[in-house]
Amino acid sequence: MIRSMLFLPGNTPNMLINGDVLGADAVILDLEDAVSPDEKDAARILVRNALSRMGFGCQTVVRVNSLDSGLLDGDLEEIVPQRPTALMLPKTSSREDILETDRRLTALEARLGLPTGSARLIPLLETAAGIENAYAIALASPRILGLFLGAEDLSADLRCKRTKEGREIDYARHRIVMAARAAGVEAFDTPFTDVNDDEGLLADAQYAKSLGFTGKASISPRHVEGINRVFSPTPAEIAYAREVLAVIEEAKRQGKGAISLHGKMVDAPIVNRARQTLDAARALGLSGGE
Amino acid sequence: MPDIIQRATAGTMESSDAYVEIEPREGGLEIQLESVVLYQYGQDIEQSVRAVLLEYGVENALVSIVDRGALDCVIRARVETAIRRGKGGRP
Amino acid sequence: METKLVSTLEEAIRSVGLKDGMTVSFHHHLRNGDYILNLVMEQVAAMGIRDLTVNASSLFDVHLPLMEHIRSGVVTRLLTDYVSGGIGRHLSQGILEAPVEFRSHGTRATDIASEKTPIDVAFLAVPAADCRGNATGKLGRAACGSLGYAIPDAMYAKKVVLITDTLLPYPLSDWAIPECFVDYVVQVPEIGDPRGILSGTTRITRDPVGLVMAELAAKTIAGSGLLKEGFSFQTGAGGASLAAAAALKKIMEKEHITGSFALGGITGYLVEMLRAGCFRQLMDVQCFDLDAVASIRDDPRHREISAIHYAGPGTRGAVVDSLDVVILGATEIDTNFNVNVHTDSSGCLMGGSGGHTDAAAGAKLTMIIAPLVRARLPIVTDRVTCISTPGDTVDVLVTQRGIAVNPRRPELRQRLLEAGLPVTDIEALKKRAEAIAGIPRPVPRGDRVVAEVLGRDGRVQDQILSLPSDF
Repeated sequence: MIRSMLFLPGNTPNMLINGDVLGADAVILDLEDAVSPDEKDAARILVRNALSRMGFGCQTVVRVNSLDSGLLDGDLEEIVPQRPTALMLPKTSSREDILETDRRLTALEARLGLPTGSARLIPLLETAAGIENAYAIALASPRILGLFLGAEDLSADLRCKRTKEGREIDYARHRIVMAARAAGVEAFDTPFTDVNDDEGLLADAQYAKSLGFTGKASISPRHVEGINRVFSPTPAEIAYAREVLAVIEEAKRQGKGAISLHGKMVDAPIVNRARQTLDAARALGLSGGE
Repeated sequence: MPDIIQRATAGTMESSDAYVEIEPREGGLEIQLESVVLYQYGQDIEQSVRAVLLEYGVENALVSIVDRGALDCVIRARVETAIRRGKGGRP
Repeated sequence: METKLVSTLEEAIRSVGLKDGMTVSFHHHLRNGDYILNLVMEQVAAMGIRDLTVNASSLFDVHLPLMEHIRSGVVTRLLTDYVSGGIGRHLSQGILEAPVEFRSHGTRATDIASEKTPIDVAFLAVPAADCRGNATGKLGRAACGSLGYAIPDAMYAKKVVLITDTLLPYPLSDWAIPECFVDYVVQVPEIGDPRGILSGTTRITRDPVGLVMAELAAKTIAGSGLLKEGFSFQTGAGGASLAAAAALKKIMEKEHITGSFALGGITGYLVEMLRAGCFRQLMDVQCFDLDAVASIRDDPRHREISAIHYAGPGTRGAVVDSLDVVILGATEIDTNFNVNVHTDSSGCLMGGSGGHTDAAAGAKLTMIIAPLVRARLPIVTDRVTCISTPGDTVDVLVTQRGIAVNPRRPELRQRLLEAGLPVTDIEALKKRAEAIAGIPRPVPRGDRVVAEVLGRDGRVQDQILSLPSDF
């Protein structure tokens, strides 16, 4: 379960060493924008060694360089053998991007003796084309773990201003959640970039959760706790989910067909939702999830 | 594999990092190490540096390292980067 | 009115009758901005006086000229509570024949009061004084706030010389040192450099790992059961300790808890907590920043206390004995919870107990906060290089990768577990650190004892060896 993902620059040992104690469910070790062009080689070797030796106590995502950078093969060569949770592929704009990456991964896996498909992908959708093609991208390969919205580059591509309120990315958010859920994969929201605005972060994360996002990325450790809180089931949600399952059990026992709770029909979607809530609570070790 | 053909550096002087400089040299390997943890980890660092040099078949080079308390995997990464650059590799 | 003013330092030194073999004392309220210790020692050396004992509450790199006076035999013994790294290196190289005696701030004060370590002449820099010797740290161009560490020297030295750059009309009413203890007053152009005395503002760490530790520290305090009405607290001025105070403030405000007092070295951050209603009083032995100086001058709830009242062992009442919680740092902590704050991990002197040992002995909950690995070195060792604060006074170690509770406190461990905190044991933390950093090889030591650390019971608690000659 990934509620929070924290970006860490890939060429800064000091940040890598303690990246896993900052509370994020996953760290994103960044080989792309956080690394200057003349240090790309150094970062990929450093991240490779960190993954193999540091024993991260959380999930690990590596943001590799994009297909058109000329750096991707070198990145994959070093990183794939380390089996991170997923690779984040920047500037994914089409199904073809994924198919091409998939081909390269499959060949590499064969050469390394790794099971085919073991390297998972999180496409970073940060172009207008990427957003429009979200569903095709999500379905392009079983390697896809989830879709990730990158709002900074997207707003540049849209030629609009990136605002704190985020109305300019509203369509993209809806579109990504829709595509991801339709394809049965996760949806991850873009970071909230004002690191000093804790209330803004909470509002932004709550909005993303209300749309259906699985979790949210962060560029600051300060935001991790808030994101985790927002994307965890609340005690009220857990209590309600348990009630739902209890009335279902009771109804089964009595052989009743139509079931209601607090005067509302309990139908299959509500039961499914309750199961998901309790699964999440159990995964997070939250009380009431038993 | 060719030896070091050009002077190259890798890493930084920031804490938990190491700055590695490698240059061509005749007549074997010379390793110069400056470290904030010289007594505690100096031998380990030198062993790691030699292991990476061996892996890349470097037999003649002057390697100087300023270690700012870097973990072993960081030192190895910086040495490896310096070697690759010293052999003419591009980022 | 008959004044105690003398026109030169030389005249004061002659008048008090300073002779070979005597003991002189200094306080460290001007920290790295102090001019007075150097000025006095230079004058003393010029007058040909030799073989002196210097009893200085702390020494900073600004005092490096003292090393010359040691080399030339003007100074042959040194008693102190803390030394900065530059001074420490010289001492570790064995510049003094006789081992340096280290005490805690409280023990120094008690030993001065009991004349176990008598002072012949105290040379006390004071930011403002009147002509009869009433003196304060709250006023003047080099204001430093509290003069808590100078008070025992003023009270118990056989002779007391005040040195100031700001003479105010008699009587200076809000004194820390009253005229009844003072023999002479000397005016000099400047007693110190304000930039070296105080930091503008003390900043909370922005280091994310420091913030993680701070959160854990605050949760540990809350989980200990001590955080309730009347809570009392001390913390260091380190970034992570201050961040812990910030996290604590949030909890106290949310739960409407009013503490009784905060103690020790005071920063602007504690002043803010006082103003926010987190504490009723500040008990201030030393001000760390401008906000603290302004507050101690203007706010009657912010009180100056002497080193004896603060921390003196064996007195009829030291405030540390009423402390609930203290947060302290460490360069090393061993699996018996002994803490080293005197040397770095290579064995070189670079610190000292200060009030660390006193607060640890007094507080109901003594917490050490430190990153598990610092510059590749595991913080947890089998045996610290130097026992500064004994492990039986330390209750809990908070690191970014877990909390270890002293096995002497099973009930505390239980409480913290119930509070859902990541409690582990100190052996496990040591193993974790070594897994990250590798096992450090033992550092070679020289064979001379360069310093002795005296415990609060007056016994030699540990010895510090010289650095090896090739260091």
